[in-house]
Amino acid sequence: MSLPAKVETKNLNMFYGDNQVLHDINIKILPNKVTALIGPSGCGKSTLLRCFNRLNELIVGTRVEGEILLDNKNIYENGMDVVDIRRKVGLIFQKPNPFPKSIYDNVAFGLKINGTKDRKQISETVEKSLADTGLWEEVKDRLNTSALDLSGGQQQRLCIARALAIEPEVILMDEPTSALDPAATFKVEELVSQLKKKYTIIIVTHNMQQAGRVSDYTGFLYLGKLVEFGRTNEVFTRPKEKLTENYISGRFG
Amino acid sequence: MRETFQEHLAELEQDIFTMGEMVSIAVNRAVKALRERDVGEAERIKHDDKYINEKRWEIEEKCIYLIATQQPVATDLRELIAVLNIITELERMGDYAEGIAKIVVKIGDQPPVKPLVDIPRMAEIAIEMINKALKAYTERDDKSARLICDQDDQVDELYTQVYRELLTIMIEDPRTITRATYLIWTSHNLERIADRVTNICERIIFLVTGEMVENVSKY
Repeated sequence: MSLPAKVETKNLNMFYGDNQVLHDINIKILPNKVTALIGPSGCGKSTLLRCFNRLNELIVGTRVEGEILLDNKNIYENGMDVVDIRRKVGLIFQKPNPFPKSIYDNVAFGLKINGTKDRKQISETVEKSLADTGLWEEVKDRLNTSALDLSGGQQQRLCIARALAIEPEVILMDEPTSALDPAATFKVEELVSQLKKKYTIIIVTHNMQQAGRVSDYTGFLYLGKLVEFGRTNEVFTRPKEKLTENYISGRFG
Repeated sequence: MRETFQEHLAELEQDIFTMGEMVSIAVNRAVKALRERDVGEAERIKHDDKYINEKRWEIEEKCIYLIATQQPVATDLRELIAVLNIITELERMGDYAEGIAKIVVKIGDQPPVKPLVDIPRMAEIAIEMINKALKAYTERDDKSARLICDQDDQVDELYTQVYRELLTIMIEDPRTITRATYLIWTSHNLERIADRVTNICERIIFLVTGEMVENVSKY
């Protein structure tokens, strides 16, 4: 791996109270690649994902040891601006969670709270973000209707557009298609492949075939440890660890 | 645990074994028919090749079904890819046996040009290679698979020997040219059968280690 990592963890340990949920994670996430994190429920993959934008610390009693470097800067260092980190590292949740506002306001929201006043600039960004998620053509005539009237798949793409509007560098996705039907799932997957040209994407998924389809790199976590990390085509055709093999071929988990 | 899927894979393994046995029997019968100049048996061998072909389509069908419905990965995926390749090799080997049977039909009623020694010996080694390869396949034994490939050299040497000998016979007595040429074809078929066993061995190595190798015997 010659490219410098966009995100890198060094001996990352994470605790919920006395319970250690991540053990010595060392992972390098390359820029403009899709990295999938897979593993059985409770293995720590979502926890790891949430460490990347310090979302875990909203839960009382969490403690993090080690470093997470974003462009070589430790995001857990004292004095780091958490809001700035979360602006650079966006998160898409499992279930689409649009605000109970219009489609337009959903996408414009981040810009407005970040202090953008220029209306022209806002509407241009809204259009561009919606276009980037393939939603523009579908919603351009009803931008002022409620986002909650969109279908599940459209809502999820709206949430992605909302994240894109504030120009993040890294997009985290926590099982972004588990609540969607197959057609909407393929649309989001296609979108992920498009988005990686501009962004670095880390995706947590339960769906092994999805990891195989969309990702360039795959990390397999088990009981809070990173068991294997490598190119997706290698992990899925000739995994190095027996544990990985057993998990991806459905022998447990 | 995906038990149904594992059962399907076990069934495929059995299918490969069955198809391999069919091929090994066909080769054995063809060379025996040649030695005994048994045209009737040769006709039956020609006819029976269709069972080998049918078995191949049946196995391929099962692989396609499993790939489409089970999304196999890792060893499971390599298993199916290996099976698809192995059945193609076996099917061709069946065709070579059928080719020998066709030659028996053509020259069976004519006097032999020479006593057959090296050709049955080639068949013997080739059949032994097939059987060992089937065993290495079921036991997932890549080391044996590598060793089997060494035997191919013996078959190649015998082929060269048969070829030279038949050439000399043809030069000495041009009336033998047709029959001797057919015997060269026969030995060529056997040489090709052994080559294809080495292809199967390469697939076994791929299945077990994920490593794609060629000309294993040279290493």
